[in-house]
Amino acid sequence: MSKIIAVTSGKGGVGKTTTSAAFATGLALRGYKTVVIDFDVGLRNLDLIMGCERRVVYDFVNVINGEGNLNQALIKDKRVESLYILPASQTRDKDALSQEGVEQVLAELRDRFDYIICDSPAGIEHGAIMAMYYADEAIIVTNPEVSSVRDSDRVIGLLSSKTARAIEGKAPIKEHLLITRYLPKRVNQGDMLSAADVQDILAIPLLGVIPESSVVLQSSNAGTPVSLESNTDAGQAYLDIVSRFLGEDCPMRFVNDKKGLLSRLFGN
Amino acid sequence: MSFFDYFRSSQQNTAAIAKERLQIIVAHERGREAHLDYLPVLQRELLEVIRKYVAIDDEQIKINVDKDGDYEVLELNITLPEAEKAR
Repeated sequence: MSKIIAVTSGKGGVGKTTTSAAFATGLALRGYKTVVIDFDVGLRNLDLIMGCERRVVYDFVNVINGEGNLNQALIKDKRVESLYILPASQTRDKDALSQEGVEQVLAELRDRFDYIICDSPAGIEHGAIMAMYYADEAIIVTNPEVSSVRDSDRVIGLLSSKTARAIEGKAPIKEHLLITRYLPKRVNQGDMLSAADVQDILAIPLLGVIPESSVVLQSSNAGTPVSLESNTDAGQAYLDIVSRFLGEDCPMRFVNDKKGLLSRLFGN
Repeated sequence: MSFFDYFRSSQQNTAAIAKERLQIIVAHERGREAHLDYLPVLQRELLEVIRKYVAIDDEQIKINVDKDGDYEVLELNITLPEAEKAR
């Protein structure tokens, strides 16, 4: 049974695309047939983060409009077996994603893949609603910062009211909280919301915490999904969330500050 | 917190402020869901009914909805004018 997972947040720049790329790659590394779709029509970036920007010929909107088929539009990843990317159109606007078109493409993908990851655009406009509309599960990406948390709460409200599962009265979308750009040291100093605080406010289960890390920028520079950098903190944190998502017992890491006794005593 | 932080306690814990502000605004925004859109109309109609019997101002009626677990409590506060009470 295939699953559609929306990666969403409301606010921009919190790490939706980074997470979509790393999470999809992590699932494919486990042997699952996985496709990651860019829903950000007009501002496509997943192709850059996945490092396949020069291989885009046909895109999501072309497939919806029948100008090309799925086999032509799907880009097979060169590093990980069973990982595919469906890029967004860079020239159309968001209304090009008709609901019937999205439904049809997702139905076709369901026959071929175990996991379908929908990388949502920022905001709560049409493109974002389409990315979450047919989802079975959702990863809500949040930074420990007031505007991001508030926007996430708004998106959680939309997941439970504006999606197919909500409208058709089916079992609700399973929600997962992912906190990114986390700095345990600043949390300890009392000037950053803790993971527990954010979870308290949003009241959905915590899937994981990704620490603020220079690796995220470096891997986007190179077009490598963070989860392929398996010897780094952020890479391991993403591999951990894949394990937890698959139901494995995997204790939270990167939540606490690792400080020596001397720095504990003398501060900073 | 480090040992020396105890001596520079003038620093505020902004994370705690952020949490409190978020809890308030999020609770407020969740409460303002679509099914409560009728509140302003209800308030106006109640005001009209009460005015048939007592002369009150717009500010003398307060309407509020609170969530208490699974219950929603509709709170209605009407302040009667001084003259009415004296009678």
